[in-house]
Amino acid sequence: MAGSSGFVDHPGTGRQWYDLFSRGARDWLRHNDKVRAAVRDQLPELIAGSDMLPRADSTVHVPVRFLEHSRLRLRDADSAEGVGQGDGKPGDRLAPPTEPGAGSGAGGNNEGGYQFVLELKIDDIVDWLWEELKLPNLKVKSGAVRHDDYTREGWSRRGVRSRLDRRRSLKEAIKRRAVQSGAPPFTNDDLRYQQLALRRRPTTEAVVYFAMDVSSSMTEEDRRLAKTFFFWVVQGLRRQYTHLELVFVAHTVEAWEFPEAEFFQVSGTGGTVASTAFRKTIEIAAQRYDPGRFNTYVFYASDGENFRQDHDAAAAALAELGGFANYIGYIETASRAQQPLATETAALFEQLEAETGAAGRHALSTPESVWDAIRAFFSRRDEAVAS
Amino acid sequence: MSALQGYAGRLETLAHEHGLDYYPVQFEEVPSSFMMEIAVYGLPVRMPHWSFGVRYIYQLVQHRMGHSRLFEVVFPGNPGRAYLAGNNSLQENTLVTAHVLGHADFAKNNSLFKRSQEQVGYRIVEQAATHAREIGDAVELHGQTRVEQVLDAALALEAHIDPFQNLRRERYPQYVDATRNPRGDPFQKRFDTLPGGALLVDAPLERLRTPIPPSPERDLLWFIAEYSPELEEWERDIFRAVREESFYFYPVFACQIMNEGWASYWHAKLLREADFLPHNEYLDALKTHSDVVRPHAAEQQASLTTNPYHLGFVLWEAIVEEHGLERAFQIRGEDDDFSFVRNHLTQELAEELKLFRYERASDGSVAVLDHDIHALRETILAPKYNFGAPAVLAKHIGKDGSLTLHHEHETDGRGLDLNRAERVLDYLHRVWRRRVTLETVDAAGQPKALSRG
Repeated sequence: MAGSSGFVDHPGTGRQWYDLFSRGARDWLRHNDKVRAAVRDQLPELIAGSDMLPRADSTVHVPVRFLEHSRLRLRDADSAEGVGQGDGKPGDRLAPPTEPGAGSGAGGNNEGGYQFVLELKIDDIVDWLWEELKLPNLKVKSGAVRHDDYTREGWSRRGVRSRLDRRRSLKEAIKRRAVQSGAPPFTNDDLRYQQLALRRRPTTEAVVYFAMDVSSSMTEEDRRLAKTFFFWVVQGLRRQYTHLELVFVAHTVEAWEFPEAEFFQVSGTGGTVASTAFRKTIEIAAQRYDPGRFNTYVFYASDGENFRQDHDAAAAALAELGGFANYIGYIETASRAQQPLATETAALFEQLEAETGAAGRHALSTPESVWDAIRAFFSRRDEAVAS
Repeated sequence: MSALQGYAGRLETLAHEHGLDYYPVQFEEVPSSFMMEIAVYGLPVRMPHWSFGVRYIYQLVQHRMGHSRLFEVVFPGNPGRAYLAGNNSLQENTLVTAHVLGHADFAKNNSLFKRSQEQVGYRIVEQAATHAREIGDAVELHGQTRVEQVLDAALALEAHIDPFQNLRRERYPQYVDATRNPRGDPFQKRFDTLPGGALLVDAPLERLRTPIPPSPERDLLWFIAEYSPELEEWERDIFRAVREESFYFYPVFACQIMNEGWASYWHAKLLREADFLPHNEYLDALKTHSDVVRPHAAEQQASLTTNPYHLGFVLWEAIVEEHGLERAFQIRGEDDDFSFVRNHLTQELAEELKLFRYERASDGSVAVLDHDIHALRETILAPKYNFGAPAVLAKHIGKDGSLTLHHEHETDGRGLDLNRAERVLDYLHRVWRRRVTLETVDAAGQPKALSRG
């Protein structure tokens, strides 16, 4: 006999390491991470391209192909030869031409044969998108708005388990054992719990007004662009700031305030009188959100086609708004425009920007530009602003 | 002692009587989930890489659909290791045990296997586990992204080794002697008449720095590990680890028909003679045999693939019948699939096997071409050349450290798949970190150079 072969017997019924750990699953998860990262890099295009606005608490499903780890390979030959087995005479036709467009999905074991669906949480998407973005010109308002919050303060011998401070408790035990001999390692007296105390802290509060032109001149595409922009701004701001008031205003020849959910559904008919939206904003600010206490932001989306007669009224209202707002942004949905930001409304905002320095304009022409606009408004440096 | 262990012992005795010669084999029953991972990774414990994850999911889907069933996997070495699927029946395992002994004999005696086993030290399973651990350590130390970057390149070039060089291969000599024309050479005669020319005749020959590479190099994994200008030592080690595993995989690839056929021949022979098996168990085992060793076309009229188990089995049976067992032992020692198929797949056998050559046109239609025996052999062997990879050689390192790779498209008959080549070039550029150029031809046969950096 050439040595002794044998069966490896694992004593007992203990499970083997390979029962507990799948390397295949580990590498599959790593693959998914890479897909996720790749999707993340293209996220702005992906989210803007989707036809429907997802619900804020939902997930979006992105169909993706498996990544292929490429090898060097010869190009596909015009025709491939192979050896088969069975009954076949020269000239026999074993398979008909495949239908054009049918693909080679039948086999399913070629690269890219399977697709899978990546589920992305809106929350995660927003986190990725908003990683480095923030509200411009945010200030601690002198009105000294205070907010109550609990902070850790000191230790107590009693408390709930979740507040047990192990490190501190261990120290107490060590101290005690240093002076006692033959003492038990731990006693109840050693335990220390973190105490919480209510503290009032100054905070920054902000109100953001979203105003949208829903008049007939806004095309379906224009509205979708504006709503996509607003949607992701709202999601992002919510993630970034805990204390934030959001106000939604839509206007045609008059302006109305809407609850958030309705705002994203609203559509209207009629002409465009932009000043109504600005007046409405000023009115709400005066009633509910004192600019002395609240950082105030306004984002206005329109196709820029305002009634000529409204020019002076709009300019005046805008100037008033610019007097107290931290920042005013104008988004021009110009899906059909030849030249972006060449409208009268755009000119109004240009003037405002020149006067206050705290305003900006951005054209939304394609779904991809939604993300550019968000970046343009929210990655502004604070120092760029004259106070 | 279980029934299987009893049978195994008696099968081994029978094998020895017939002259099978192998290192001891450690049998282990493992869950089918583990079998599947072995199939995906090629080794029980292997380095982590996301591409295995993709193969794993494919395998899982195939498995769920019932398309693949693995009975056993054998790893050569001393001792050899055989993993048996835990859901095999006793009858299946009896057959599988006999099959494993055939593989073990092949691995100890086939010259390609012998060579690769000497190179990897008869313990590839342990070596691969060590590589996996070392790469895990590298991930801890240098981060997943950096390690993955190296593995992306190294695994993409997995097949680009030169198995006929040593695993521990010396670097190129640093200098070569300059050559001088012989004395009587007409040019040399005229040169000597030039002012000062004659003085050079007796001057000692200069030593010249060897160009890198001195001649085009096909072992890309080795070449990058040794000569890439920017790699850190731990990164070079990853290339060496991948290369070592490729050295192990090469004979498995190059002898697949022979090896599977040999193991099938022996499980059939040993079972036929295993008179200690109860009759019904023998019949069940025999049924498993015919399930495994049969043409793919059994149910359909014609199949577009050949089953290497079946092809090899039929060839070995014919060899033993015609030349005797002694000669068969000699062939299993000396041949690889190329010589095996060319020498032993005869016209008569091809007819018996009903082999035919077909052509798949670009529109997907498939037509039978012919039964020409030479063409049949070469078509079977065509995908096996050069470890199944295009012949891409390292041609030149520039003064600036740039690398030029050349695809020998004349030998391969056509150019590279450019999309994939671009991506491999991306992987490669991330480790070479200087300019990398790959020369091939495009669809029209015109020279095409892809570059990065």
